[in-house]
Amino acid sequence: MFHFVKLRKIWYIISIAVIVPGIISLMLQGLNLGIDFTGGTIMEVRFDKAVNVQDVRNVVDSLGIEGSKSIQQSGDRDYIIKTKALSQEESDKMFSQIQDKLGKATLMRTDLVGPVIGQELAYKALLALLIAAVLMVIYITIRFEFKQGIAAVAALLHDTLVVTGVFSLLQIEVDMAFVAAILTIIGYSINDTIVIFDRIRENLRSQKKGETLEDLVDKSLWQTLARSINTVLTVIFVLLALYFLGGSTIKTFVLAMLIGVASGAYSSIFNASPLWVDLKLLDKRKKLQTAKV
Amino acid sequence: MKWSKVLILLLIIALVISAAVLSVAPVFDQNKTLGKYLPLVKGINLGLDLQGGVHVVFEAHDTPEAKVTPDTMKQLKAIIENRVNGLGVSEPIIQIQGERRLIVELAGIKDPEEAVRTIAKTAYLQFITEDGKTVVTGADLKDAKEGKNQNGENVINIAFTPAGTKKFAEATAANVNKRIAIVLDNQVLTNPNVNEPIPNGKAEITGYATLDEAHNDALLLRSGALPVKVTVEEKRSVGPALGADSLAKSEHAGLVGVVAILVFMLVYYRLPGLIADFALVIYTLIVLAVYVGLHVTMTLPGIAGFLLSLGIAVDANVIIFERLKEELRTGKSLRSAIDAGFKRGFTAVFDANVTTIIAAVVLYYLGTGPIKGFAVTLIIGILASMFTAISMTRWLLHLVAAANISKNPKYFGA
Repeated sequence: MFHFVKLRKIWYIISIAVIVPGIISLMLQGLNLGIDFTGGTIMEVRFDKAVNVQDVRNVVDSLGIEGSKSIQQSGDRDYIIKTKALSQEESDKMFSQIQDKLGKATLMRTDLVGPVIGQELAYKALLALLIAAVLMVIYITIRFEFKQGIAAVAALLHDTLVVTGVFSLLQIEVDMAFVAAILTIIGYSINDTIVIFDRIRENLRSQKKGETLEDLVDKSLWQTLARSINTVLTVIFVLLALYFLGGSTIKTFVLAMLIGVASGAYSSIFNASPLWVDLKLLDKRKKLQTAKV
Repeated sequence: MKWSKVLILLLIIALVISAAVLSVAPVFDQNKTLGKYLPLVKGINLGLDLQGGVHVVFEAHDTPEAKVTPDTMKQLKAIIENRVNGLGVSEPIIQIQGERRLIVELAGIKDPEEAVRTIAKTAYLQFITEDGKTVVTGADLKDAKEGKNQNGENVINIAFTPAGTKKFAEATAANVNKRIAIVLDNQVLTNPNVNEPIPNGKAEITGYATLDEAHNDALLLRSGALPVKVTVEEKRSVGPALGADSLAKSEHAGLVGVVAILVFMLVYYRLPGLIADFALVIYTLIVLAVYVGLHVTMTLPGIAGFLLSLGIAVDANVIIFERLKEELRTGKSLRSAIDAGFKRGFTAVFDANVTTIIAAVVLYYLGTGPIKGFAVTLIIGILASMFTAISMTRWLLHLVAAANISKNPKYFGA
């Protein structure tokens, strides 16, 4: 058995080691923004008979659409074609050309996002994160204390950075579902943190003389550990099932959730509560200093 | 063992299992006296991403001829409503957002792209003489209907308003033996020769390959031209094939995830785990009933939200059972340990869930379309999970304890 709080420097170092590469990547190459934020058209096509990537590319190139294009194979006979935002006529023409030259196909989906809407969605996403964080600090301050609110939000920031960092490093495309995933991760992670804080709150009421804050928090963490692990496991079962069986449309969402839930479990055990201890100790030292002066 | 309690327990189990079976399987499908029986799950609306459909955001623009005003937006909405109704979509959503946007959502259509094409057409009809004068416009129309003429061609029969009839009569009188083109959105539909003046206010547009094409144009003419210039700013269209695919895949994934949770709970928590599993079945039934009752539209992210809420529901039980174990270890009797476990566990469950609800509510207000669906199922799920954890699971645990099947606290995980 080990002491969660006394070893906190190690946990902080692990967190920093995970986050820093992500931050560097975010600064250097940023996120691979999908059409939800940049604007553009996505067309998913399923051919009746298998076709070659190069053939699809040739047809799309022949249409003279300017700007960047990407063509991905997403299944045996499925292709995802991304272009700048196309008008209805342009996308109709693209699909009919594809059918004329490559054989019968089914239009699985088309997404069109105009550049204005894209900017709005990006703005709304950031706004949502900010509002959620502020509301949570307020709630925790009411039910617990302000310092715990700060520690909890620091843990949330940790999780957000881990997930966006991984997505930046691997250059996985982010869309609106990614934002939903981040918000859900925040919800889950704070959920874990609160359960631990709840136990600390309860143990504080029966705190014995001579029991240090470090020991009390360590005790609380051990007491809630089984729950923390079991809950994450059940969520991960569901997410793994969704990831492997749930179809391509929600893969990004589920992947972000998987990384985030794991990070959330880590941060609520190894970051939030030890951080709160540090904040408390810092406060104590300040008071001692002012007393001496 | 107390047989009366055991009996109640068995009764509840039988009741819940039959309710569960009836909710998902069409057991009485063939019954003639009761009519067609539809299980609960069939009552849930499927979103456009699960049955195919389209979500479009139109934006109105000012032109020298027409400025965007609240009135033109209302007019625009009415016309688009007419067109959508003509497409035969059930429960379409058409709403004005902000000052110049109109959102249209259509679920369950076979060809979403064709629907957008039809809805977004300006549909400005003109009758133009050889010297380029517009003599009659779509505003003079009273009715337009597709049909077949004597020669078996697909046509649209149009009828003019009294004012239109007069204009058309004068125009045809002045242009005998000349051509009058019928033009829709700057595209010549037909360019017939005027043989004689037409005083009765009736005309025929020919040149359609299929009756469907004629039907679409007739619909556009009846609903009138859009009052302002409109562009498509956002469009998410899902073909029925992908919708069915997504539905099947997420059902499969959901089933596997749920079974994994059930097995895990049973193996790790033993008897309470079995009770929690049973409570989870009740929870699922409650949630499904709420979906039906509140007419929640189930989307793909909505299914993910539902599955994640299962995790939250289990979590409430996990917190309480862990507490129960601790209380048992301090030497409390089973019954008082159950009460203490719930009492102490609940503050954690409550505070933790409120913070998750905060995230979900923010998501609901700032999210769009399918993401709203995710937020809704998550919120319903969290509320229902708190209800089942504190009422159902607790009551069941007490009942099992009272039935005295086993005194060994080992079965309760101690």
